[in-house]
Amino acid sequence: MAVRSATEVVASPPLVAVPQKVKKSPHPLNAAMTRTWRNPLGKFGVTILGVLVFAAIFAPFVSPYDPIVQHQGKELLGPSTEFWMGTDELGRDLLSRVIWGARPSLVVAVMVVLLGGLVGICAGLAAGYFGGWINSVIMRLFDALFAFPAILLGFVVIAALGPGTTQVAYAIAIAVVPSLGRVARSLVLKERNRDYVLAARCTGAGSGRVMFVHLLPNAVSPMIVNLALLMGFSVLAEASLAFLGLGTQPPTPSWGAMLNGSRAYLRVDPWMAIGPGVVLAMLLLGLNYLADALREAFDPRRVNAGF
Amino acid sequence: MGRYILQRLIQAIPVMFFSTFLVFMVIHLIPGDAAAVLAGPNATPEALAAIRKDMGLDQPLLVQYVVWVGHLLQGDLGKSTLSGQPISKLLQARAPATIELTVAAMMISMTIALPLGILSATHVRGKLEWFISTIQSLWLAIPNFWAGILAIILFSLILRWLPPGGRVADANDIGGSIKSLILPATTLGLALAAGLSRFLKFNLLEVFFDDFVRTARAKGVSEQSVVFRHALRNALLPVITILGVQFATLLGGAIITESVFSWPGVGGLMLDGISNRDYAVVQGGLLLLVLLFIIINLLVDLTYALIDPRIRLGDS
Repeated sequence: MAVRSATEVVASPPLVAVPQKVKKSPHPLNAAMTRTWRNPLGKFGVTILGVLVFAAIFAPFVSPYDPIVQHQGKELLGPSTEFWMGTDELGRDLLSRVIWGARPSLVVAVMVVLLGGLVGICAGLAAGYFGGWINSVIMRLFDALFAFPAILLGFVVIAALGPGTTQVAYAIAIAVVPSLGRVARSLVLKERNRDYVLAARCTGAGSGRVMFVHLLPNAVSPMIVNLALLMGFSVLAEASLAFLGLGTQPPTPSWGAMLNGSRAYLRVDPWMAIGPGVVLAMLLLGLNYLADALREAFDPRRVNAGF
Repeated sequence: MGRYILQRLIQAIPVMFFSTFLVFMVIHLIPGDAAAVLAGPNATPEALAAIRKDMGLDQPLLVQYVVWVGHLLQGDLGKSTLSGQPISKLLQARAPATIELTVAAMMISMTIALPLGILSATHVRGKLEWFISTIQSLWLAIPNFWAGILAIILFSLILRWLPPGGRVADANDIGGSIKSLILPATTLGLALAAGLSRFLKFNLLEVFFDDFVRTARAKGVSEQSVVFRHALRNALLPVITILGVQFATLLGGAIITESVFSWPGVGGLMLDGISNRDYAVVQGGLLLLVLLFIIINLLVDLTYALIDPRIRLGDS
């Protein structure tokens, strides 16, 4: 009868799983972020946004010229090796102005997300959580705000405060409050009767704690998806208001104002309308694609269902 | 049906109240009220107080609002601070241009969005759908005003087919009138069409999986009839609602498009009002556009109920 040798016993596979081979499943948020990055659309969006944020922060170092210095005798030039995007009617370098022009766009987008997000989420949470007359008043206010196209809200705020970058940010922030508020409210309505909310209340948590500590974290994923859309909306609204002469004031460069300025010289130098327009459209396209990728990453079921 | 209309009208009242109140507040948000603007920087406090009393600005805010609404109901929107002309007259002169542009854009966007939406739904996951949706997402990323500028460069300056701007409104020159309308209306309409056709596609795709569509297919109805007679009818309902909501975007877009093409509409009037600090004019324009928006949405909801019996007979 053959006796098992000692070596055979050692070679048999261990009964306990080897610890380093167990994959810890990543946090859902991180997993969604990874999925977004793996999606070509998401990669495109993140890259465009990253490049422009970099350009905006380091504008003094990456722009070839001072954006408001006028090169006399070199007005209305097309693209050349000296001025890559050409020059405007005052002989200012268009590429430098486009790079610096990323600043008002992104500053407004960030301010809108912070301000509009804060007010919208608080109002929406309160409306959903308390219900009753608080809900009615807030919802009717949202309805009324919704009746104003964002541009018109911009008119109201700028008529009152005067034109400028910050004022534009306030105007757009007010315009986004209702849509964010509705997202927050619908979330609360869905969640407020769940057991964990009840449990929190039983342990003596106050309304504020329930809303911000227990309910709000559930809003993170729908809010992140909204974020990219919101930024796209703000960038577009800022450019539109600047185009109408209500935003960032000259000589500070902004894409919308540059495009407005180009209109008088289309016959002589159509290049003035190309550079800022292409960059603006690329940013908007990137943000739209990023929003699509985020939506897919946070809600894979919808995508798998074939829509 | 009568009950639904009544319900919907009652719901519109608080929205009307809040939005007119917001418009009313424009005048009062200005630092150093309208009386100070009118009196000028060198006015004595007594003169200022007299003007304020004259304008009713010494009354409580709510009283002022009621008085203002009272005037509105009689068609009195006040006078331009700058030119002294009645604002209702200024608006009457400008409104037709804005309405013409908006309606034309709406029609163009529907003409484009319907076939595109249907095609991309019936060819879902095919090359055609991919092509259409690529164009859509590119188009959605192009700001209205830049598209307008590019259109001017191409169609007016290079090809010389269409005028670069301005409005011809002459009964004897219909051709010229239409030519002047094409570029602005198409620019505005295409922006809306991209979103609309995408929305229609998703609705159609959802309806395609419904039981009644499967039944229709099972009993041998032709594919064409399934799409147009069965699916499209149901998929169009939400599109009509979205059309009402999109009207706000369209009005906002109209203001910008007007500015690109020097179209003499309400937007230009309001922009002039802002730069001249003629707030009464800004207020009048705002009021007109906001009321237009509310009324359109009311009409959309009522049409919706008319088309879809589930809504007017619904238990809610």
